[in-house]
Amino acid sequence: MMFDPQRLPPEKQEEHQQQRQEQEKVTVPQSPILKVKVTDHRYHPLQQVLDECALDIGKGEIVSLIGPSGCGKSTFLKIAAGLLEPSDGKVRSKADESAVLFQEHRLLPWKSLRDNMSFGFKGRALSEAEKNRRLDKAAKIMGFVSDDMEKYPSELSGGMRQRAALARALVIEPDMLFLDEPFSALDIGRRREMYRLLLGEVRQRHCTVLMVTHDVFEALSLSDRVIVMAPDPGCFLKQINVRIPLDQRTRHLVADLEAELLADQQVADLFKMQNWDQVL
Amino acid sequence: MIARTGTLIARLWSGWGTLAGVFMIIALWQLGYEAFGPLVLPDPLASFLQLLALFQHSQGLDYIAVTARRAMTGFALASLLGACFGLLAGWSNTLAILCRPFLTVMLGVPPIAWIVLALLWFGGSDGTPVFTVFISTVPLVFAGALQGIRMRDATLDEMADSFQIPWWEKVWHVQIPQVISYLFPAWATALGLSWKVVVMAELLSSSEGIGAGLAEARVNIDTITTMSWIVAVVGLLLLLEGLFLNPVKEHVEGWRNDV
Repeated sequence: MMFDPQRLPPEKQEEHQQQRQEQEKVTVPQSPILKVKVTDHRYHPLQQVLDECALDIGKGEIVSLIGPSGCGKSTFLKIAAGLLEPSDGKVRSKADESAVLFQEHRLLPWKSLRDNMSFGFKGRALSEAEKNRRLDKAAKIMGFVSDDMEKYPSELSGGMRQRAALARALVIEPDMLFLDEPFSALDIGRRREMYRLLLGEVRQRHCTVLMVTHDVFEALSLSDRVIVMAPDPGCFLKQINVRIPLDQRTRHLVADLEAELLADQQVADLFKMQNWDQVL
Repeated sequence: MIARTGTLIARLWSGWGTLAGVFMIIALWQLGYEAFGPLVLPDPLASFLQLLALFQHSQGLDYIAVTARRAMTGFALASLLGACFGLLAGWSNTLAILCRPFLTVMLGVPPIAWIVLALLWFGGSDGTPVFTVFISTVPLVFAGALQGIRMRDATLDEMADSFQIPWWEKVWHVQIPQVISYLFPAWATALGLSWKVVVMAELLSSSEGIGAGLAEARVNIDTITTMSWIVAVVGLLLLLEGLFLNPVKEHVEGWRNDV
């Protein structure tokens, strides 16, 4: 059923209003670990991909970018991760190690799982013992047995490949993690398993996360802050703080949040969601 | 282990097919000999016996060794330099454009013209066949490397960049394996070509080697020796392909199965 604040009793409505205001009051992190300020970005001189977008992320924060396909959210993420130079703007990162998880697994097909997982160690001064300790630990978390470690990506299942990519990112022990829709190709069960693995690691190591997704529900269930992006050219439309602690989020509560977000006319238009409680 | 023995047996078994083809050719040769007489096509048996005699004569083995050395030197130089310049040209657009006319010239000038030039430059030394082999195979390898680096998967480069790994590690672990699958066919073609070109160059310029042996046979109108030298060249090429090129190729292409 569609969430409609008008249908609540008056005293509840007031309470809801307060809640809502609180949620829209976006907290700005005090000493951000990542400061991104893009004033303009274009791949082609005549086509502006990103307009002014500025984002500060505090340590340990999980921030999601959502928006319809082609709104420039992946471009923004790549700029933030330092994979792309913005046409105009700058990125300041205080992270010691950062890793990116892409939509595709991007494992090297000519390397075994073990060699793929240790790919990030190249150029980093770590002892063999330390490397092995981290690899063994990651393999255990991801549920890889020693037989799997010698297999090539073509011999692994889709879910295993994605977990391998996650393991490859985690073994360098990043304090900043960029996720570019890494779960969108997985079925719901595997996706939930990935959420758990990821959030477990993130919380344990107090890791900061910037995530891109087109799934509103996913964004609301995982993040502390959700930013809605609009296309042509890409800009931030709206920010929402999700105040429910991570371990208290239920499917029901998140669905309410989603309903509330999509009740906003601008957001609904963005996703072309008229009468969105209808399946078709 | 069982699977590995299985593939070995399968490979040896597929050798029967090749062998059947070879015997078919020899049978046709025999037919030609019986139809046209020994001046056009010599007796196969006599040619093989002559080949054996050439081997027993130490000169035969020496000639083959000399030819192999020249072909391999030219081929190795071409593989190395061609691959290096191909990589450089693949990374840089400007260089690729600048290299194009060179490539056209090298491919356009017929090998026989290179031999004449090389004779003027190097005389009767090893330099002539080596240079001719080099110049006629280097464009193949160059184009293979260029193509390989151009067609590489950009998403893997981006992945490597996201881990901030040093550039040489990226080249070695991410780009080279992709280039190899393009370079390999180019190397195989270049190897075959270098055998043919070296014999031609020797025929015109040298006093030793398989080509020189052929020249000698021509002077003596000795078709039997001519055919035995041809058998030696083709046999060596077959051996090289079966024992070296194909196994390496299978190894390199193993990971490409379905990713």
